[in-house]
Amino acid sequence: MDATLQLLSIGSPGWGGVLLAGLAASMQVAFGGFLLGLVIGTGGAAGKLWGGPVLRDLLEVYTTVVRGVPELVLILILYYAGTDVVNEVMALLGLPSVDISGLAAGIFVIGVVQGAYSTEVLRGAIQSIPPGQIEAARAYGMSPLLALRRVTLPAMLPFALPGLSNLWLIATKDTALLAVVGFAELTLVTRQAAGTTKAYMTFFLAAGALYLAVTLISNLVIGLIEKRALRGMVRPGGAT
Amino acid sequence: MSEVQAPAAYVAPKARSLFEPHRIVLMLIFAGLIFCVAWFMRWDWLPRYQGRLVYGVGQTLLMLFSTAIVGFLFAVPLGLVQVTGPKPLALLARGFCTLIRGTPLLLQLWLLYYGLGSLFAQFPEIRSSFLWPYLRQAWPYGFTALMISFAAYEGEVMRGAFAGVPKGELEAGRAFGMSRFTLFRRIWLPRAIHRALPTLTGETVLQLKSTPLVATVTVVDVYAIISRVRQETFLTYEPLLLLALIYLCLTGMLVYAFRLLEKRIPTRGV
Repeated sequence: MDATLQLLSIGSPGWGGVLLAGLAASMQVAFGGFLLGLVIGTGGAAGKLWGGPVLRDLLEVYTTVVRGVPELVLILILYYAGTDVVNEVMALLGLPSVDISGLAAGIFVIGVVQGAYSTEVLRGAIQSIPPGQIEAARAYGMSPLLALRRVTLPAMLPFALPGLSNLWLIATKDTALLAVVGFAELTLVTRQAAGTTKAYMTFFLAAGALYLAVTLISNLVIGLIEKRALRGMVRPGGAT
Repeated sequence: MSEVQAPAAYVAPKARSLFEPHRIVLMLIFAGLIFCVAWFMRWDWLPRYQGRLVYGVGQTLLMLFSTAIVGFLFAVPLGLVQVTGPKPLALLARGFCTLIRGTPLLLQLWLLYYGLGSLFAQFPEIRSSFLWPYLRQAWPYGFTALMISFAAYEGEVMRGAFAGVPKGELEAGRAFGMSRFTLFRRIWLPRAIHRALPTLTGETVLQLKSTPLVATVTVVDVYAIISRVRQETFLTYEPLLLLALIYLCLTGMLVYAFRLLEKRIPTRGV
């Protein structure tokens, strides 16, 4: 027991600090990827709903391909392709090639994957706004942008929240896949710590506890946000 | 975002045909892209690995269906217990689902393979037992991890499905004098599965997309074969693009098969 605690201690003989650093890296990628996904998703949903026919078809291809190919394969392709493209562009501009940080590449990869899913979530949410609300906004003479900001986006939020919170939880767990491309996030550093000390069970269980804590805390926060977003509303779907 | 935005948000989209002018142009562009990929990239390794690739796809599908079927068998009691079971059992099932759904599959897999695997090796009783030849291989760990994950996710879905079957149908069954087991077998379970079927499609696709993870613990599936190709030919993109295409086709076929299944189930009088 003492030996286990020593292995997990934050200080020098233990690996606790390494695990926490890995957790921090994981959370950075998850948060950045989720935000990037939201940006892509907002654009994608707007394009799918109000874009021209070509844009719509291209977005359909994007969401279908991303949702039909394993995240692991997408991460490999995008990780190599992303760094290659950046270096090609740098070479074209006559600049020296750069080393893309694992963090930036990870955020990009998770963001592109999340973008496809959040496109669908946001599109569905916008479509479930009662049409009368948008008509009312137009009847007041609001410009489209103003109506978007004042009516469509806030009214969409309650419908989008369950899907988005699900996506956030998926993002935290998808960061583990970056271990395969050698990004030092929680799962990879856990494996390194376990391999070095041969205390496999200890470290994998500890990492599991960290991930679980992230999920449970996220659930609490999501509950609070939902409570606030749904204030004064009849629960969608009615009482169960 | 022009002024058409507001009405377009709720007007049902027209049924669109496959051969509108812009689609034909897009298809031509994509065909050109595919031609460039086929022509300018290196594909001479393909015939050499053909047999192994087919074997790998078979292994992936075997992994998918075996874990999904066994996982579903575990998911039904997991869901049922959460709806009607005694309190301690319900809490246990809920805790299990939260635990598995709250941690990444890759971590669970590595915990089983490296953690449990090294633990097993310490016990001479296990080493000398008849199970050892199996426990030394990687696939039991991959199978277990995937199966547990599917059971947990699907258990949550089945919980909702069991809870959502209308009370009146169950009461009607009871009024016919059905025993609890007959009621479950004839009404509750079929109705719950019917309700869960659309979600089951999505979960199975997700499961297919999780299968390549087992390649990280040396199980040989199509992903592992492609990794071999990449190591031996020093190509980066060609094998990965082929892999993405293979998975896209598998996903498409899976979704199509489930759609056929959904159509076969009568929805009379709902």
